[in-house]
Amino acid sequence: MPAPKNRSSLGRALDLKQGRIDLAHGSGGRAMAQLIEELFARHLDNPFLAQGDDGAVLPGADGRLVMATDSHVISPLFFPGGDIGSLSVHGTLNDLAVMGARPLWLSAAFILEEGFPLADLARIVESMGEASRAAGVPIVTGDTKVVERGKGDGVFITTTGVGSLPPGRDVSGRHARPGDVVLISGTLGDHGMAIMAARENLGFETPIVSDSAALHGLTEALFASGARVHTLRDPTRGGLATTLNEIARQSGVGIVLDEAALPINPAVAAACEFLGLDPLYVANEGKLLAIVAADDADAALAALRAHPLGARAARIGTVQADTHRFVQMTTTLGGRRIVDWLNGDPLPRIC
Amino acid sequence: MKYIDEFRDGALARKLGAHIARAADPGRRYHFMEFCGGHTHAISRYGVADLLPANVRMIHGPGCPVCVLPIGRVDQAIRLALDHGVMLCTYGDCLRVPASDGLSLLKARARGADVRMVYSSADAVALARQHPDRQVVFFAIGFETTTPPTAVAIREAAALGLGNFSVLCCHVLTPPAMTAILEAPASAGGVPLDGFVGPAHVSTIIGSAPYAFCAERYGKPVVIAGFEPLDVMQAILMLIRQTNEGRAEVENEFVRAVSHEGNRKAQALVAEVFTRRPDFEWRGLGTIPDSALSLAPAYRAFDAEARFPVAYRSVADHKACECGAILRGVKRPQECRIFGTACTPENPVGSCMVSSEGACAAHYTYGRYKDA
Repeated sequence: MPAPKNRSSLGRALDLKQGRIDLAHGSGGRAMAQLIEELFARHLDNPFLAQGDDGAVLPGADGRLVMATDSHVISPLFFPGGDIGSLSVHGTLNDLAVMGARPLWLSAAFILEEGFPLADLARIVESMGEASRAAGVPIVTGDTKVVERGKGDGVFITTTGVGSLPPGRDVSGRHARPGDVVLISGTLGDHGMAIMAARENLGFETPIVSDSAALHGLTEALFASGARVHTLRDPTRGGLATTLNEIARQSGVGIVLDEAALPINPAVAAACEFLGLDPLYVANEGKLLAIVAADDADAALAALRAHPLGARAARIGTVQADTHRFVQMTTTLGGRRIVDWLNGDPLPRIC
Repeated sequence: MKYIDEFRDGALARKLGAHIARAADPGRRYHFMEFCGGHTHAISRYGVADLLPANVRMIHGPGCPVCVLPIGRVDQAIRLALDHGVMLCTYGDCLRVPASDGLSLLKARARGADVRMVYSSADAVALARQHPDRQVVFFAIGFETTTPPTAVAIREAAALGLGNFSVLCCHVLTPPAMTAILEAPASAGGVPLDGFVGPAHVSTIIGSAPYAFCAERYGKPVVIAGFEPLDVMQAILMLIRQTNEGRAEVENEFVRAVSHEGNRKAQALVAEVFTRRPDFEWRGLGTIPDSALSLAPAYRAFDAEARFPVAYRSVADHKACECGAILRGVKRPQECRIFGTACTPENPVGSCMVSSEGACAAHYTYGRYKDA
């Protein structure tokens, strides 16, 4: 998003209290230039964005690069623990992090709906700026389009990220081996239940807060421990269960979980119980799933727990040889069951 | 979670499992049916079957609200939404039930139908108040547990004079379905049932008294149990003891929530708002007399079947689908030819594959490693 240099030509400042997005904000004219300068450039400021051209010129990086992209559509746009802005930064950073990469740069593209309040957009962009600064990864280029009222849902944000992959790192969903240990960096299901509670006005007495967070600091801590890391994932949509099934299929192995070891916040467990949902299928936005060599599991767990985002990290299962590629779980009761793929959207049960 | 984790305790479960193993006579086999989908779900999700001796077999009964909903009823709901343009509100797990022409309420929504998922019948009334220009229909399904909230919604709509709210009433009754199962064996080849794990939530409403006929007329013990895994195990132990002693009684394991007479206030509400249908088609069990409810004459104005021309048309199940035999306990899910092949939770052919309370979905989702 090139930021025009000559501010005086743009006339009266944007009304960030009462104003709304109109079609002119996407038409490429003066209104769009003003939106970029007074809102996007202000909150996302960095030397690359300030180049103000159609693209950002970036310094060359040595070695292998990793690139990832993620579109964000979420209702409600603001929720306990975050908003679509911070989420769109964390989402792409985490895709890079679980590839073993160190994130370098982000881009952001906005699709705005006519009539969307400028005050809300300002909150969102400010939150993106904060998330990007906290992560140390600048948003170097971007785009804005406006669609007619009724043809969008307020705001959609697509972010793309580029990171560098240090030599020697080779993590993949294909690398889980029988005997490996499955670790999770913290509690399950916080993001999904926070969204559901906010969306449906369920009004639980204990507010549930999204875990939305950037994970590359945590993955660096894990690599620094020297543990042989085979697979990393951030279990977002579909939850831990779906992520483990993907890994089991990719690696051609089975996985056995220990239900008693799964960290779950009491408020999330209670909300899931109430709605007939299983926290294993509920989305996370700030949790790291790591599959590591058995001999290194203790070191890896200690490294995760030493990081603020991994305080409640736990060893939750093991990888085993299984031609059926089943994910199974030893239940708290002492029985065994399959932990299957998520089927469609999780829907509350009746009885 | 305090007050719940205690009912899922592994150490207690092992002790109870040992009691059951000691009580079960190795010289005979035990066949108990858990009527409710809630019990089926608990048994599968917690792996209760792994803690039972091999000669104690649990048969999954028909008490899953969406499983017993015949195709024709879902068709009615879809016609209301697609052909009559109503805002159709219903509970979450109704949305995926397969209907005619490859449709479901979820697929109808993709074709432009206005289908809303609600968490309670009160949400449907609220939608009707918010949209006075729209006809809002609540697709009411479920056993005795979900019936009182529907009664409350209808009474509220009547009190508010809401002319744009109506109910497609498909509420069904538990005792007539149990009768149908007990009567079926002679004609259907015989399911040797030794007793029932009786409903949990349903019994909080109707009490334990309505199951007396099982014991008295059919000589089958009933033990009402809560939906937690230790509840189910305790009920199985009580059923084994009754069977061993040749007793047939209605016993109540779920005393913390179920009384002999049930919830009188809820019963009075239901009696005021609903009347029994002369007969009703159930998926898998066929047409059962006096087994379902429609709106009482005083509330007829809120009956969607009276307001819109959507007469019920019976639709036959898929030929290869064994839901009928599975719901009667005659077959197990893995004995159906299309189980796990043509019929999966992603593309359910039969209703038992739709809800995780359904026998097929529960076995597919939680238990199929045993078939591998």
